Amino acid sequence: MQITYTPQEDAFRAEVRAFIEAECDPAARERVQKGLALKKEDYVNWHKKLATKGWAVPHWPVEHGGCDWTPVQHFIFEEETGNAGTPPGVPFGPEMVAPVVWSFGNDEQKKKYLPGILSGEVWWAQGYSEPNAGSDLASLKTKAVLDGDEYVVNGGKTWTTLAQYADWIFLLVRTDSSGKRQEGITFLLVDMNSPGITVHPIITMEGGHEVNQVIFDEVRVPVANRIGEQDKGWTYAKFLLGYERFNMAGIPSAKRQVRRLKAIAEDQGLTNDIRFRTKMADAEIQIITLESTMLKMLAAQAAGKDPGPEASYIKIRGTEIDQMMTELTMEAVGPYVMPFSLKASEEGWNEEPLGPEYAAPVAPTYFNTRKVTIYGGSNEIQKNIIAKHVLGL
Amino acid sequence: MLDLELSEEQQLLQDSANRFIEREYDFADRRKAANLEEGFRRSAWKTFADLGWLAVGMPEDQGGFGSARETAVLMEAMGRGLVVEPYLATVVMAGKTVALAGNDAQKDELLGAVISGDMLMSLAHGELKSRYTISHVETRAEGSGDSWVLNGHKGVVLNGDTAGRLIVSARTSGATQDEDGISLFVVDPKADGVTVRGYPTNDGGRAAEVKMENVKALAILGDEGKAYPVLEEVMDRAAAAICAESLGLMAVLNDMTTEYAKTREQFGQAIGKFQILQHRMVDMFVALEESRSLTAVYMADVDSSDRDERRYAVSAMKVQCDKAGRSVGQEAVQLHGGIAMTDDYSASHYFKRLSVIARLFGDSDWHLERFADLTR
Repeated sequence: MQITYTPQEDAFRAEVRAFIEAECDPAARERVQKGLALKKEDYVNWHKKLATKGWAVPHWPVEHGGCDWTPVQHFIFEEETGNAGTPPGVPFGPEMVAPVVWSFGNDEQKKKYLPGILSGEVWWAQGYSEPNAGSDLASLKTKAVLDGDEYVVNGGKTWTTLAQYADWIFLLVRTDSSGKRQEGITFLLVDMNSPGITVHPIITMEGGHEVNQVIFDEVRVPVANRIGEQDKGWTYAKFLLGYERFNMAGIPSAKRQVRRLKAIAEDQGLTNDIRFRTKMADAEIQIITLESTMLKMLAAQAAGKDPGPEASYIKIRGTEIDQMMTELTMEAVGPYVMPFSLKASEEGWNEEPLGPEYAAPVAPTYFNTRKVTIYGGSNEIQKNIIAKHVLGL
Repeated sequence: MLDLELSEEQQLLQDSANRFIEREYDFADRRKAANLEEGFRRSAWKTFADLGWLAVGMPEDQGGFGSARETAVLMEAMGRGLVVEPYLATVVMAGKTVALAGNDAQKDELLGAVISGDMLMSLAHGELKSRYTISHVETRAEGSGDSWVLNGHKGVVLNGDTAGRLIVSARTSGATQDEDGISLFVVDPKADGVTVRGYPTNDGGRAAEVKMENVKALAILGDEGKAYPVLEEVMDRAAAAICAESLGLMAVLNDMTTEYAKTREQFGQAIGKFQILQHRMVDMFVALEESRSLTAVYMADVDSSDRDERRYAVSAMKVQCDKAGRSVGQEAVQLHGGIAMTDDYSASHYFKRLSVIARLFGDSDWHLERFADLTR
């Protein structure tokens, strides 16, 4: 593969790399690299460092604080941060609600909400899924009734990622049930400190607390917190679902996992095991294949062309590769995937590891990664979308 | 013709096991049991003893009965219930080791205590670097006659933290991976120099790291340096037992998944009406039924006195059951969606147990290679 970079691009890469080395907390990077649980501060501190450099939200429009980068620069940035194992960005503020605010919010809302997201001061959560509205999001039932200049919200959201840290939540609520299900949905921004909101942890199978149920009981939300028009929230939500920013589908992180897997395989004496080696080779080929898709899109983008239909399957292949890597790592570790040691992923744990020092997070990560083909529109739903919109079936 | 019907005795055993799981072992009980300090309920163990389960696969002289098929009947039921009691560790592994290697006095003493339910045992064989290589034993024993001193580290000893006696493999001669020169010892886990570090496992069970520093063994078990064939047979029996367990695990997941698909509505209909999901549930069904067929036909070969016949059967079953268990487990989670990601929902626990089973007593690669060698 021959990618040529201009001297400016090389210089940019060097700058990104140097910035990471100088500013990113090595302890946080180590947690990312070892697959251990991240703390709120890991995300926030890195976001704030990036913010001081002006790099926290490079994909935003320049007038709101984004970077005036070429597609290649975005690519380089993703590659360097992924490669180095910096804490990932928290998607809900910078990636999800911000584009809705600047696209559909009024000036007052832009002024009120965007700076906190940009600086990393305000943590957002996403209030979409409900117990009976998963893949079929439009069947949501959490209700908002207008009472004077406030909405009164009742209902519950589920799978709310890291809501325990959230200052604000963006919500899809039902304001009208008379017409089509997609009509009658309203997009609200809600302060998590409002009376009547309770957050209930959902413990996932590996033992972690990442997702929550968020219950709304007579929660009063000012009309001023509504994005756009009442009953038109589905349009904004769909815009958000379709909001594609340049993303590497976790390629740099998958490559990092390959390096880690090779080290584990060596320690487990699998270096000369042709069965395992061919599986690693197959994984690596799948990764560079998906990377090639990304590069092809990048090249099209750089040439000012439409990226084509590839974007549609990136989530599918990216998540499959992610799961494949966690499973191969299970295989490499062997019987020592068994010890369960939640504490081993916590700060300050310094007991003797149970078995090889890399073993503790391996099974929990495998278990937890089953979610990636379910969330954000399950892979079955993604395939339905491709069948309909790309293949015209 | 091949007779695959259960005998009357086996049928009774199966009925009693299924009845126990249905009536006395629901998921809430199992969770409570797993969270106890020992990781299981002593009262359930007492019931196992009363029902005669602890005698299965044990020699008749000590009051035992049945063999691989009876063990499989029980293990399948235990898979259905996600049983956490140390049946595999105590009866299938350590008990069988004593039955194969011990002298009459040792069998009377140790197996008597196991069958009555008074004592638990664990086989401490695996080590930090052994993976699935049965002959990989670095732990050393020095001495002679009745006096042996052990040094070494045994890893992932199933239920090692509640065992009243440990059956420990140690090298009395030869190099690390030699088949010759491995011996078995009875060790009191409370003896000077033994450190047992117990911990919960990722599938809701318990295991331990056992370190021995100049530990005096209570006795040598079997002939000095000749334990390899015993260990190989016990590992094969353990592998066959968890194959049977996986049938129970898969059956529960398949039932839960189809039931969920019938009741969960999205887009105005039960998700089970979507053809893509139907086909996948059919694949899950086929995976389980194929595993059932293979184990029904080959389980009896685990008892074969022909070593190759036994190894052929066990490797085939382990490869098939691991493959089926992987696909049933992963698909059950995927088809349920988010709910099966949660700790509160039992499907996730069945999935986790299947995931761990694939990493025990030889993974698919290990058994494929052995099978390939046997059929060269």
